[in-house]
Amino acid sequence: MNLSSASSSAPSTAPATAPGAGSGPGASVYVAGAGVICAIGNNIPECLSAFGSGRAGMGEAKVLETAHQQEIPVAEVKMSNEELSGLAGLPSGLSRTALLSMIAAREALNNASIGNIAALRTGFVSANTVGGMDKTENFFAGFLSDPRSGKLGAVVNHECGSITELVADRLNIRHFLTTISTACSSSANAISFGARLIRSGRLDVVVAGGTDSLTKFTLNGFNALMILDRQYCQPFDENRRGLNLGEGAGYVVLVSDRVAASLDPLCKLSGYCNANDAYHQTASSPDGRGSYLAMKGALERSGIRPQDVDYINLHGTGTQNNDMSEGIAVKRLFDPTYPRMSSTKSATGHTLGASGGIEAVFSALSVRHGIIYPNLRFENPMTDLPFVPETVFLKDQLVRHVLSNSFGFGGNCSSLIFSKR
Amino acid sequence: MNIYIRAAAAISPQRTFGPSSSLTEPVGYTGIRLKSIEPDYKNYIDARLLRRMSRIVRMGVTAARECLRQVEEKEPGAIITGTAYGCLEDTEIFLTEMIGQKEEIVAPGAFIQSTHNTIGAQIALILQCTAYNNTFVHRGFSFESALLDAMMLLQEGEAASALVGGVDEITDITHRLLTRFGLYRRFPVSNLDLFLSGSKGTIAGEGAAFFLLAASPSENDYARLEGVTTFYKPDTIEEIEQHILSFLKVHQIGLEDIDLIITGRNGDESGDEIYNSLGRSVFSQKKSINYKQLCGEYPTSTAFAFWLAANLITPRTMPGIRASVQLPEDKIERVLIYNHYLRTQHSLLLLSACR
Repeated sequence: MNLSSASSSAPSTAPATAPGAGSGPGASVYVAGAGVICAIGNNIPECLSAFGSGRAGMGEAKVLETAHQQEIPVAEVKMSNEELSGLAGLPSGLSRTALLSMIAAREALNNASIGNIAALRTGFVSANTVGGMDKTENFFAGFLSDPRSGKLGAVVNHECGSITELVADRLNIRHFLTTISTACSSSANAISFGARLIRSGRLDVVVAGGTDSLTKFTLNGFNALMILDRQYCQPFDENRRGLNLGEGAGYVVLVSDRVAASLDPLCKLSGYCNANDAYHQTASSPDGRGSYLAMKGALERSGIRPQDVDYINLHGTGTQNNDMSEGIAVKRLFDPTYPRMSSTKSATGHTLGASGGIEAVFSALSVRHGIIYPNLRFENPMTDLPFVPETVFLKDQLVRHVLSNSFGFGGNCSSLIFSKR
Repeated sequence: MNIYIRAAAAISPQRTFGPSSSLTEPVGYTGIRLKSIEPDYKNYIDARLLRRMSRIVRMGVTAARECLRQVEEKEPGAIITGTAYGCLEDTEIFLTEMIGQKEEIVAPGAFIQSTHNTIGAQIALILQCTAYNNTFVHRGFSFESALLDAMMLLQEGEAASALVGGVDEITDITHRLLTRFGLYRRFPVSNLDLFLSGSKGTIAGEGAAFFLLAASPSENDYARLEGVTTFYKPDTIEEIEQHILSFLKVHQIGLEDIDLIITGRNGDESGDEIYNSLGRSVFSQKKSINYKQLCGEYPTSTAFAFWLAANLITPRTMPGIRASVQLPEDKIERVLIYNHYLRTQHSLLLLSACR
């Protein structure tokens, strides 16, 4: 009996239930490849070039049709859905969330140069928060006045998990799929979950990360929370006013040490930790306890001390609350020796569910190429903190360990550590 | 290592929740949508917090708290939630307001509560639990992914216990939309007669089921979770059979060691053909029951099946539970759950008695 029309490679029937050989607490996980698309570039070379020239991705919304177009700057990917569709090799009528995901995941797999991933136990762990809402919110307006109106094709891929499947099908990854959604820490959690699937011997390769596209839903939601900056954001600045929403996708290809042996991985994923702030649905605790626990746990897992960290890619949204909370947590953990640090959201905006994945890519590249990213538009140090972010793009620095933070609504705090092999 | 199901709680369209729960007379509905029988939330959630909580969050938080109440545990080592649709009610409210007010500033409450991780986050907030917290949102894999995450955490030694749940709601608006997709029966049907005639479509359901899993045994454990696996878009029945046999092999058992199969038959003729076919091959000779006549069809319905299996295996039987699924009173030591959601996400869950 034929059950589905999806073509497939020969299935591996080994179920993902039991731990296997090559697993255990000592097992290493490597980043074999990375891919990214965001407001400052459609791929890694473009993004690095933008950082090098201090270019930011904020501006007036050109793709998203919103009443706030002239008032609220956003950091859009500079491509229409038609153009994205061409790059992605997916139909242009699909959700932008899926198109962005496909482009970044494909770049990551190409860079990993693994060869025949179908011969390995390969999984796709993707994260997002908006799903196909970019399509749904336009469908909904008509649907509200007449439930029989609108094309069902607009909402058939509304669910977060559907976005993942659209891309998995195109990438021909079928062995293991799942989707995570924990607000701004979503794709960081996807990456650590993927790593654990490898460490436990269940999978050999995991494409892990996340995606989110700009929607009226999120723009108006954040506007209602009054945390959107009407100017370009200034993370970790004393006079910061809020965040700029962005969009994009970022993925890493995680592999076991056995698979890594025949590749040239960017770096190791040496630490990760997930903790909950348990303070408030949207605000972070004043003492940054969730952030502190996540960073501390990641350091402990990687076996390095705070002073071994060479660069922190801060969550750094630019809101009064996050930057203070995260800053206090950094102070508690690192005082008196602070690594260099910056928020790349000053260039890319806050890409929500994609931010952990996009910033993981930047962090892996930081380890590989000795890059320190600039914290754009920084002017006045925060008076309560004894450190300031880096403002200049640097390359070929000694970068052995990078800490990447992703702290989200619902108190979901996650940190990742990337290290030289 | 063994994983023990220390506590289990389900809010569902049946009388499955609370001290007076009983399935002696399964609740019959005539329609195409089953709604949960909701408990008195005030027993579980402070009135001030309750007022601001949407229905699905109330259901999830309450099922989770009931688990902890059963074992008098204050703080689990992890909180992991599976939900495919997330918080529909608040999503719909915010969308409606945003459209109606033409993007003028709207109150943020519904937006804040609309994110998929709200259920897990509210549980953590109420318990003041800073431990590992994750939310899976992958359609018919959502609950299974949550279980897998919990199993791995316990196997890694990262936590001694984990609260794991599967939650989904059905709202008027979403039901209207899914009806246009042809998911449901065209005419009202009695849930208890769901499998009587070959028909197109199923009935909608919903529910919140939470479990406390632990790495060490205790006196009143329901059962053991032996394993879970998922597979995606199998091409043929043979491939499904291969997955079933491989799964059992990994756990060093054969079909002869399974006392009961619980299948996700949902009354939709073409989707149910898979179960019929398996019933003629690998599952022939096996005692098999359905569960969606009790809870309806929804992406995290396997959480209900998991609850049912745990309650069938446990020595502390709930009144009427055997009869509700037409089973004799014999001991049930090992249960295999097989379900597919819209023929796309397939899962196998294996539970067994504690030894």
